[in-house]
Amino acid sequence: MSWSVGTATAAAPAAGPIPPWEYAQATIAALHDDAPGVRSYALAIDEPHRNRLVASLPGQFNMLYLPGIGEAAISIASPPGEHPVLHTVRAVGNVTKHLAGMRVGDDLLIRGPYGRHWPLEELVGADLIIAAGGVGLASVRAAVCQAANHRDHFGRVAVLFGAKSPDDLFYQSDIAAWRAAGIAVELIVDQDTSGWDGPVGFVPQLLRDQPVVAATAVITCGPEVMMRALATAAFGRGLPPERFWLSMERNMHCAAGFCGLCQFGPEFVCKDGPVFRHDRISRYLEVPQL
Amino acid sequence: MPETATPFWLDRQDLQQLIEALQAAGHRVVGPQVRDAAVVYDDLPAATALPHGLIDEQDGGWYRLIEQALAGPFDHVAGPHSLKNFLFPPRETIQQWRREEGSWRQVNEQAIPVPLAVIGPRACDLRALAIQDQVFLEGEYVDPFYRTRRERLFIVAVNCRRAAATCFCHSMGCGPEVTIGHDLLLTPVCERFVVEIGSAAGATVAAELAAGRLPCTTADLAAAREVSRELAAAMASRPMTPVRPHAQVAPTALPIAGPQPRPVPAHRSLDTENIRDLLFDNLEHDRWAEVAERCLACGNCTMVCPTCFCSSVTEVAELSGDNVSRERHWASCFTAEHGQMHGANARPTTAARYRQWLTHKLAGWIDQFGSSGCTGCGRCITWCPVGIDLTEEVAAIRETSS
Repeated sequence: MSWSVGTATAAAPAAGPIPPWEYAQATIAALHDDAPGVRSYALAIDEPHRNRLVASLPGQFNMLYLPGIGEAAISIASPPGEHPVLHTVRAVGNVTKHLAGMRVGDDLLIRGPYGRHWPLEELVGADLIIAAGGVGLASVRAAVCQAANHRDHFGRVAVLFGAKSPDDLFYQSDIAAWRAAGIAVELIVDQDTSGWDGPVGFVPQLLRDQPVVAATAVITCGPEVMMRALATAAFGRGLPPERFWLSMERNMHCAAGFCGLCQFGPEFVCKDGPVFRHDRISRYLEVPQL
Repeated sequence: MPETATPFWLDRQDLQQLIEALQAAGHRVVGPQVRDAAVVYDDLPAATALPHGLIDEQDGGWYRLIEQALAGPFDHVAGPHSLKNFLFPPRETIQQWRREEGSWRQVNEQAIPVPLAVIGPRACDLRALAIQDQVFLEGEYVDPFYRTRRERLFIVAVNCRRAAATCFCHSMGCGPEVTIGHDLLLTPVCERFVVEIGSAAGATVAAELAAGRLPCTTADLAAAREVSRELAAAMASRPMTPVRPHAQVAPTALPIAGPQPRPVPAHRSLDTENIRDLLFDNLEHDRWAEVAERCLACGNCTMVCPTCFCSSVTEVAELSGDNVSRERHWASCFTAEHGQMHGANARPTTAARYRQWLTHKLAGWIDQFGSSGCTGCGRCITWCPVGIDLTEEVAAIRETSS
């Protein structure tokens, strides 16, 4: 799929809303162990739904279904047009732990893509700060790849990535490629480990060394507490909330706005998000236990 | 207007012929009946099974059927069931999967449901139906399971001629008069019904039923309209529920067995002016913690609410693991499961869960679907085991809005 800049890109692929509960067969084509508990799955999608799944936009997600086990919403890590489709998953729940026991050649079911995407088409010419905590890097990976592949469409591009330890800093070969493409990548860990001579702390502190100017836009995915702290730091530097996008996570069973489980204030995270512009949800982010 | 669209009179003892006309048109006929001392919807074997001679007394945490010789078959009001139970059933199988030679194949055995005719829905129920249509049919995605049943639904609506103390449809703009959404409409006038036709399907059934019956005159129809007008006026002029300070509503002792003295029923009304902003401006109001001291987080309110639509999907696997069914069942924002994420719960307290329910129903719903999620049916008040009353909670927040 070509990356057309400056044209209006629909939130959902051109084919229109996809029927909920319609699955494609997928086969695990390749596996890659990224970090302790984190593995990437390259999924070969069977016809007839391959084109639909491959035509995702950065920041959207798929539902991965293992019959008898359950279903989980997982960000799409591969950029538009790439097949097999890449998902990078931390084994933390029932479905993701079971997934971690699967091998190359195993089958699963997949439906998607769902949700709103990172609005890169609105950000042509912007300076991008792309910040991620832990496995949150997976949901911005497609956006970073787009920026790397179309480097001249953006001004300064920086990736700020934090994890617990140096071993948790995954996507190392991607990071090398992004740097080669002229993207600044800053890394931080919050537990010092021998051999690590980089900064120790949390992602928001990497913002201190980044220029924040009128052209700056921030997109971020990670733990809510990290994204909140990053927003506070960015707004303190003069960034308006209309230039800050974040990806939210909630319980999700249908991905189509029926199950109601993903509600966050009046928003359905599945179809109004997961990517929200900060000012749309600012007032709800401030309220504990919403 | 075709001849069959003319309203006509139906005697109370001829309701059996309505049931038979619906059955002849191929419908499974469901209507109100007494089960476990409450009026619920169930398959209606005959008109004699209708709750003749009974009215319901309702108040916070209180529901009693009372014999009243003059009461007709529809002089009860909202019971614990609603159309939701049939269009969006509490539990249904939405998919079946079978493993064949290592691959999962979907088994497509979704049975086409028998067309359903429901006798008895009121104005509030039809508003609830329109709201659920918005959720399942009119958004970005369409729910195929709801749609299949909705397309095969026939409604014989009934105009109320009395209201329970828990009813407040008048203040939600939903009733008491049925104006849209019915195929046929019955308005009780003395011991007969004025039957009006609301759709082409209704006209087809009426064509047979109306034969040999007295057509309604303009004066007859005016009498039917007067039933709703009188009830609306009566509801609007009832004394309002006083907002009780928290200390008076906190549970003090377990109820004692035996007859309990009943206070004079309070009458509900909900001031909806600017209610969206009122609630979203008060997400950290003290009242949420107060109501949480009374709320048992049982989820009854979400089960009886005719518009609550949350659900979750459960895997049901055979022992072999090769045959898997997926069941969708009602979920409730009062459970821990609702807000569960890996390693954390979005809403760990009852205060947060009650706030989610009330603010979704009365505020977030307006953002999501353009209207309130509440129809004023009062079911959540009646079936709350501790009698929590959403109209009272909103009034309390309004009185002390920060």
